[in-house]
Amino acid sequence: MARKLPRKDVVIVGLGWTGSILAHELTDAGLDVVAIERGPWRDTATDFNVAYAPDELRYAVRKDLFLQPAQEAMTMRNDVSQTALPMRDYGSFLPGTGVGGAGTHWNGHTWRFFPSDFALKTHLTERYGAQRIADLQLQDWGVSYDEMESAFDRFEYLCGISGKAGNLNGAIQQGGNPFEGPRKRDYPLPPMQMTYAPTLFAEAARSKGLHPFPTPSANLSGAYVNPLGIAMGQCTACGFCERFGCANYSKSSAHTTVLPVLMRKSNFEARTECEVLKINLAADGKTATGVTYIDVNGETFEQPADLVLLNAYGLFNVRLMLLSGIGKPYDPASGEGVVGRNYCYQTNASTQVFFEGKHMNPFIAAGALGQSLDDYNGDAFDHGPLDFVGGAGINCIPTNGRPIQYRPVPPGTPRWGSAWKKATKQYYNNTLIFSSQGSSYATRGNYLDLDPTYKDRFGRPLLRVTFDFPDNDIRMSNWVSDRMKEIADALGGKQAVVGKQRKGWNSVPYQSTHNTGGAIMGTDPKTSAVNRHLQAWDVPNVFVIGASAFPQNAGKNPTGPVGALAYWAADAIRNHYLKNPGKLVEA
Amino acid sequence: MPPTSSFSRRRFLSSTGLLFLIASVPGARAAEHSGTLPWKPFAALPPEPLPGGRWYVLTPDEARTVEAIVDRLIPADELSIGGKDAGCASFIDRQLAGSYGSSDRLYMQGPFVAGLPTQGYQGAETPVARYRDGLAALNKHAQAQFSGKNFFDLAAAEQDQALKDFEAGKVDYKPAAGFFNLVLQNTMEGFFADPIYGGNKDMAGWKFIGFPGARYDYRDYITAHNKPFPLPPLSIAGRPEWKTGDKAGGN
Repeated sequence: MARKLPRKDVVIVGLGWTGSILAHELTDAGLDVVAIERGPWRDTATDFNVAYAPDELRYAVRKDLFLQPAQEAMTMRNDVSQTALPMRDYGSFLPGTGVGGAGTHWNGHTWRFFPSDFALKTHLTERYGAQRIADLQLQDWGVSYDEMESAFDRFEYLCGISGKAGNLNGAIQQGGNPFEGPRKRDYPLPPMQMTYAPTLFAEAARSKGLHPFPTPSANLSGAYVNPLGIAMGQCTACGFCERFGCANYSKSSAHTTVLPVLMRKSNFEARTECEVLKINLAADGKTATGVTYIDVNGETFEQPADLVLLNAYGLFNVRLMLLSGIGKPYDPASGEGVVGRNYCYQTNASTQVFFEGKHMNPFIAAGALGQSLDDYNGDAFDHGPLDFVGGAGINCIPTNGRPIQYRPVPPGTPRWGSAWKKATKQYYNNTLIFSSQGSSYATRGNYLDLDPTYKDRFGRPLLRVTFDFPDNDIRMSNWVSDRMKEIADALGGKQAVVGKQRKGWNSVPYQSTHNTGGAIMGTDPKTSAVNRHLQAWDVPNVFVIGASAFPQNAGKNPTGPVGALAYWAADAIRNHYLKNPGKLVEA
Repeated sequence: MPPTSSFSRRRFLSSTGLLFLIASVPGARAAEHSGTLPWKPFAALPPEPLPGGRWYVLTPDEARTVEAIVDRLIPADELSIGGKDAGCASFIDRQLAGSYGSSDRLYMQGPFVAGLPTQGYQGAETPVARYRDGLAALNKHAQAQFSGKNFFDLAAAEQDQALKDFEAGKVDYKPAAGFFNLVLQNTMEGFFADPIYGGNKDMAGWKFIGFPGARYDYRDYITAHNKPFPLPPLSIAGRPEWKTGDKAGGN
């Protein structure tokens, strides 16, 4: 029997990026807030200790900071004809856990999506006609880029993003991204100093008439004090970024940008190693009364609250909604239902260029230190004569030279023995890698639901992921691979190997932790789980915040829009919901 | 600072230490934090390397077999010492002694059914069990092919042939290729992981390719494009010549 605790104004599920931002905003508004986090407490000084942080085996290979499958796994299949089986170890993507969430061990690429991405269905229909996107299940976000601009700005200034504006109030800026939407002011910090490989890449891209620019980075180019008064330091390019916590206070995360202020507030409390089992609903099914959670000793508690915010990793937001009966589950057979709808991912391919006699020094690196180009991303180029929609950013961002996982050799090299040794030594310092990160567009058959067979350690069904790369996205990615070949040829080198994405998503090799959708935002309760303010249509005192809200994914990393959505939802709650609790949008 | 309940919990949460032999969550409790940053001095969890000089999981014969394998996967030549001298077998033994060897952190609930390649390893066997079984199968194959000799008594070329048979799955042992891939992966881990885990002796793997190790500040070298990096590698435990009584320099 659950022990009932005293009521709180707000209960937050998950204390990562969005949970920390919402907690900060709502405690500022005077509310009494508790955050419930299933992982451990983490902070920089204790957990990302500089004396042992650069440990590839522990953090990158054994995945010490990540969610362990024993705690929660999920099942996967490529389509409904297959039987889903559990990912017994996470591979293709790596969800986080603990205070700071996946924002602890991200690389730090911090993008804004294009204005056209937010109204994607309308935009593509107007430009190319409805028939062009008939095989896809594209939707508008219900919010425009212009409405989101200040939220993007706040997140970038919270983080101290290092970059170069490409579009200031409509004026294109030399050296920035000319395809981005207009921003009201430049990034808070200038771009990072460039390493060798991205410099070569940018020269080659410019020689082809393309527009490379420094990747907007949450690895800071210099010292910074954010608007909350929290100080950060310059990134040291140690090359232990993604999969690691930053020991240097130079990668933006909840630890380095929000928690030092949030934790000192008397109207905030964090409960760690407590896992929320479900959101409790009143008898009418239209009001949440709080959450039930279990602590690490197996004791169960009921935490009543007036407002419930789901700020877990996007996939787990969806699972909690399904487990709690919030919103109608999506059915791919009929195309009806909303929870689990429009699950999307990322469509990537990679290019290796092998040189001789170079010193690439791949270990001098940071998670977001590199050059990108958006010439072939989203709808930045005319798709009129092409047979797909969407696109990909092309990025040369060498994040590390950690040798258990980074040992590039040309195809055909033996995997062991003397010949392997010779090639490994020859190419470790002589390889330039760049890659395409492509959009992932929704289809009727890609979705999330609860698995009928496999359970977690509490007996609850695991989430089931049904996904394969849509044909449109394969055509898009392969076309962009051909563009990568042109850049590779301009780079010279002895040999270029251009990867091509194929059907049959494989859950084993790492690809991307950019899982989106499943609780998407929109303007129609028949096709979206939350309204444009991220409020659950059916249960208005529940807000669901994260990449789960993306109607489809763009060819960019999602954390920028996720952070912006956190501010967008916080504004809706502070400025509208609290004054008049109830539905913010009448359907 | 004496161990506390949260200290024990933190140890459970780590992946690489011996303490997983006693893995459980004794006296752990959820934590409530409010009004302050809950940082405590010396509360962190450093890595827990195991002392050398003994085998933890492998029997003496299994250890000899693994030493013979890793010395073929990474043979000694003019580029570096071999996998055996680098401690790869010892590394593997110590990994098997921790949570990795027992799959404690993986999803190990049934039903276990054969899946598609896209669904990953679906076996119920832990790495410890896979090594036991696979090493026995390798010896059996060696004995059948090479007049009753154990794998570790074969000539190098014969060992290479037996390993290639396993790699290609061309033996009467269904998990052969999967077992080979497991050993290859673990051998590379041992050769390139920080030396505190028992392999990569004197950072031989890092010197071999030119990885500077656990350095944490390259700011002076970011724009030194296309120039050799001038500093020697560094382990989490420091450099061998830092040890008291050692001669200065070296390597």
